[in-house]
Amino acid sequence: MDTFLRQSIEFLPILAQGLRLTVIVTIGSLALSTALGLVWALMRVSGNRWLAGFAKSVVNVIRGIPIIVQLFYIYFVLPDFGISLTALQAAIIGLGVAYSAYQSENFRAGIEAIDRGQLEAAQSIGMGWWLTMRRVILPQAFKIVLPPYGNIMIMMLKDSSQASTITVAELALQGKLIASSTFQNTTVFTLVAALYLCMSLPLIWIVGRLEQRFGRR
Amino acid sequence: MIELVDVHKRFGSLEVIKGISASVAAGEVVCIIGPSGSGKSTILRCINGLESYEAGTITVEGVKVDRDAPSITAVRTQVSMVFQRFNLFPHRTALENVVEGPIYVKREARDAAMEHGRQLLERVGLANKAGSYPHELSGGQQQRVAIARALAMRPKAILFDEPTSALDPELVGEVLAVMRLLAEDGMTMVVVTHEISFAREVADRVLFLDHGVIVEEGKAAEVLSAPKHARTQDFLRRVLRPI
Repeated sequence: MDTFLRQSIEFLPILAQGLRLTVIVTIGSLALSTALGLVWALMRVSGNRWLAGFAKSVVNVIRGIPIIVQLFYIYFVLPDFGISLTALQAAIIGLGVAYSAYQSENFRAGIEAIDRGQLEAAQSIGMGWWLTMRRVILPQAFKIVLPPYGNIMIMMLKDSSQASTITVAELALQGKLIASSTFQNTTVFTLVAALYLCMSLPLIWIVGRLEQRFGRR
Repeated sequence: MIELVDVHKRFGSLEVIKGISASVAAGEVVCIIGPSGSGKSTILRCINGLESYEAGTITVEGVKVDRDAPSITAVRTQVSMVFQRFNLFPHRTALENVVEGPIYVKREARDAAMEHGRQLLERVGLANKAGSYPHELSGGQQQRVAIARALAMRPKAILFDEPTSALDPELVGEVLAVMRLLAEDGMTMVVVTHEISFAREVADRVLFLDHGVIVEEGKAAEVLSAPKHARTQDFLRRVLRPI
């Protein structure tokens, strides 16, 4: 126990650097996936056959390719086409795009759960499609979408470790680097696991609360 | 002000409106009655473009109703709609429901719209419910808020789609009372309803629809008290004496 504490004090500052990148990757890709997911979802429900078909195809292609391959593609293949990104940029874009597919399905389910009468009431007072979405449909869909959105957040936090495969020294990779140079596997990976839990358990708790609050209605 | 000429409408292979022509003059109250599936709600929904129609023309104040044309917004701001199931916005208060259209569609000044909204809530007897959410109101109160929401657009006509059918029997009266008030004030109204006594009392004219055609039409008293057509007689007998 004594050695564990001593080693922890030594390793934690290094792991904190990784933690910082984990948070940046998670928040960055969360923002991107939310924005993109909303765009796909709105295209799906736009009523325009071409837009809906396009969004559906994009979502299926994204869902059909493993995240790790998408990351490799963005980081290793795009430079061949003259688009060079830093590892961090590639990680945020890769995870953001990959997760936009799941976000989109969640948003679409939320939007389609709203009673058709709401759409008709909005139309009957002269609202156009966009105004109806903004003022009537999306505010109501928000409550439905929130609990699953929290779950996606937790999944993203954990999947941010996949950024390590394209050399982003986030928490998991930082841990692996320390472990392979000090051979203190137990201490290092216990700390890494504990740090992930410190972030995900509060999120899980918040999602639980959200489900209680909005789930029943 | 509302003109229908030989309107046809089908859902897939089922033709639900088979050539309906009718007109509603300004200030007139027209009730549409008929058995379920007769197309009476559908024809109402066609008038403000919630449904499309395949043939014929519908015009409101000379503007053709075409749900895919930009002019549909103008039509809808002139012809409001009250729904069977109220369709209030559940995330907004009664007053917010009422002022939503004026502020966001007609771009009226917020203060003026709020003031007008309060007056309308008072007119439907709900001045003290301005801050209540729909789920805090009874069905009758919700429908009266919906009527205030329709009025807030300062429409030239209001379409009512079975406005009392989803209400508990003891709440029907308060909604009909508000509608009678509007009729007395000279509002143009087209009402799809099963409330025969309301139609007899308030309507200028009654249309009886069956299987997508107007079977009989005329002054309310004539059609409802002395129907000429056998199908009208049969329908009225079954509505007035269900047992």
